[in-house]
Amino acid sequence: MAKYKIVHYINQFFAGIGGEEKADYKPEVREEALGPGTALVDALGEDFELAATIICGDNYFGENLDEATDTIIEMVKKYEPDVFVAGPAFNAGRYGVACGTICKAVEERLGIPVVTAAYEENPGVDMFRKDVIIVKTGDSAATMRKVLPYMVNIIKKMAAGEEILGPEEENYHERGIRVNYFAKERGSERAIQMLVKKMKGEPFETDLPMPKFDRVPPAPAIKDIKHAKIAVVTSGGVVPVGNPDHIESSNATKFGIYSIEDMDEMTPDKFTTIHGGYDRQFVMENPNLVVPLDVLREMEKDGEFGELVNFFCTTTGTGTATGSAAKFGDEIGKILTEKEHVDGVILVST
Amino acid sequence: MKLELGKIKINDIQFAEKTYVKDHVLYVNKEEVEALVLEDDKLLGCSLDIARPGDKTRITPVKDVIEPRVKVKGGEIFPGMIGKVTPPAGEGRTHALDGCCVVTVGRIVGFQEGVIDMSGPAADYCPFSKTVNLCVVIEPKEGLETHVYEKAGRMAGLKVAAYLGEAGRDIEPDTLETFETKPIFEQAQMYPDLPKVGYVHMLQSQGLLHDTYYYGVDAKQFVPTFMYPTEIMDGAIVSGNCVAPCDKVTTYHHFHNPVIEDCYKHHGKDINFMGVILTNENVFLADKERHSDMVAKLAEWMGLDGVLITEEGYGNPDTDLMMNCRKVEQKGVKVVLITDEFPGKDGKSQSLADTCDEATALASCGQGNATLHFPAMDKVIGTMDYIESQIGGWAGCVNEDGSFEAELQIIIASTIANGFNCLAAKGY
Repeated sequence: MAKYKIVHYINQFFAGIGGEEKADYKPEVREEALGPGTALVDALGEDFELAATIICGDNYFGENLDEATDTIIEMVKKYEPDVFVAGPAFNAGRYGVACGTICKAVEERLGIPVVTAAYEENPGVDMFRKDVIIVKTGDSAATMRKVLPYMVNIIKKMAAGEEILGPEEENYHERGIRVNYFAKERGSERAIQMLVKKMKGEPFETDLPMPKFDRVPPAPAIKDIKHAKIAVVTSGGVVPVGNPDHIESSNATKFGIYSIEDMDEMTPDKFTTIHGGYDRQFVMENPNLVVPLDVLREMEKDGEFGELVNFFCTTTGTGTATGSAAKFGDEIGKILTEKEHVDGVILVST
Repeated sequence: MKLELGKIKINDIQFAEKTYVKDHVLYVNKEEVEALVLEDDKLLGCSLDIARPGDKTRITPVKDVIEPRVKVKGGEIFPGMIGKVTPPAGEGRTHALDGCCVVTVGRIVGFQEGVIDMSGPAADYCPFSKTVNLCVVIEPKEGLETHVYEKAGRMAGLKVAAYLGEAGRDIEPDTLETFETKPIFEQAQMYPDLPKVGYVHMLQSQGLLHDTYYYGVDAKQFVPTFMYPTEIMDGAIVSGNCVAPCDKVTTYHHFHNPVIEDCYKHHGKDINFMGVILTNENVFLADKERHSDMVAKLAEWMGLDGVLITEEGYGNPDTDLMMNCRKVEQKGVKVVLITDEFPGKDGKSQSLADTCDEATALASCGQGNATLHFPAMDKVIGTMDYIESQIGGWAGCVNEDGSFEAELQIIIASTIANGFNCLAAKGY
């Protein structure tokens, strides 16, 4: 059987090149195990070989993020590894961020499974825990021996395509990814047991620690509405008949931009709604209920505001992941502010 | 209020010359059922089919699922819908045909009707993959207005379930359980040393095909009230909504409300189950504020130490869930929430649309955005025409051989937010 190949990323310090004074060291490949890599190779056993070690100075990486990433990606690509390993970074902040950045890039661009390791207070953990499996370590390299078996276990599973279990079993920082499982008892029974404990003042464990939500402060009022440029954005799922961009009726993964140029109103022969979360009947008969073009055109003609942007942006709000919604918001915001220079947006929810 | 609930185990359904129960088999006169459904001139056609656990059968689009029940003593089944509203439900004796269901099927009203697979991977997520189902496939009149069609479908299901329930009237049940909740002071005195627990039951009432009925009253038109838990076992609450399939509290689930069932199991052991505070999920802010205040007021007035809160649906009702949680906790009553999660296909987004600091205890019913492969089936009851636009599907999700990929959302009651299933989600 051919051996599984790994490529290992470390910084100048763990490569034995030098400390802070060598932190601007440029990316370099060596076809041998270095520093923690030697222990890793021993622990992985004879089914694995370390094809290359990539070394980069922490400052160089941090100051030349895009260039360093591109260079390292090219280096990794050449060896076609089965698993890419970075670190452990322990509590070294710049190193942890570099490990997270390069791991994320390798996985996204090359589709190669990646793993790194760091201490929980390393800033790289919070930046990349959602994207990358980061094995838990202590705050110094003295904990290397404890970390190694967990990294080895995950590398072996990744190479063989086996399932990586939860953060407790595998000792990595929870990524915040919600994964289904079948509990022993149904939800109502588990809830009652939780309530009994809560009422007694005993410790209990919630299934879902409450997240902290982003709150967006409302924009200041428009000062000169008579000359304001206004756009319409909706999560009400109004699209041209036939739904040309195949926007989903729930949990949308995209938004659409559609022209309303030379139209005085939204007509049911041109527009419909594909939203799966409300009763569509009335909007299908009269799409102006969600994109109020009829009234807006009248107001535009009467000079009540300056000008209407000649397209609207639309998606489905129901069941749509907040991650997608934030992405749509950023993109739509950019189009409307940078290209159209709008003064105000009417957000129509349903 | 005291109810005896007798369960008659049904292992199979077969078509026969007349409708009766014998040796755990429900025999059904097809013509009588079809004629009953077609009494409604809104419906043009009706056909019946039977789906059994393990069959390579897919049922879709499913509107409602109902267990046949009959009132043997005291009141009538489905008060305000099929039966008279008085005397009230929840007292006397009721018989249930346990293990079989009526499933109403027909072309979609909205996008929110779901799938039941009788075998394969999706069967693990659906309670109705394990029951013998009499599928009532209805064909509405051409051009029927959607709300009229929804009502016709809803009533057809209830009528058929009540008709089949009659077959269990004179059958000796296999099990007979008694459920009792006493008036508030007596109930409090019964177990003075146990914490007093209530259940805040939020009914889907956003309107526009998202409705639930209590004694025939549209749930968005009432203010929060007290309900004896046994009332629900006689069909005091009936589903009339097309909420996302995974979240749908079918009429079957109202009969079998898991919080009520499990609270009765703990009753007298580690809790004193005081009853149900019934509330709704209206879309107007004033309704949300007023009704969450009233829920908290009732919880305080009943002297509760703790409550469990469930919701139906996701997104907008999450705000009602959190308002109820916050206000009840502020009265000094401990709260545990039961709900499901929608963190996106990759599981990385926020699970709920709203949150509050008081929501420290939550039992998860799983996340509905996870995707699953639905293999092709030998038989489809209903139609696969709408899969791509049903909630959980997407354009191009259906393959040529009839298999498809979709989110768990498309499966009826897969992540139902009242704790009926064992499915849960955890952080990875």
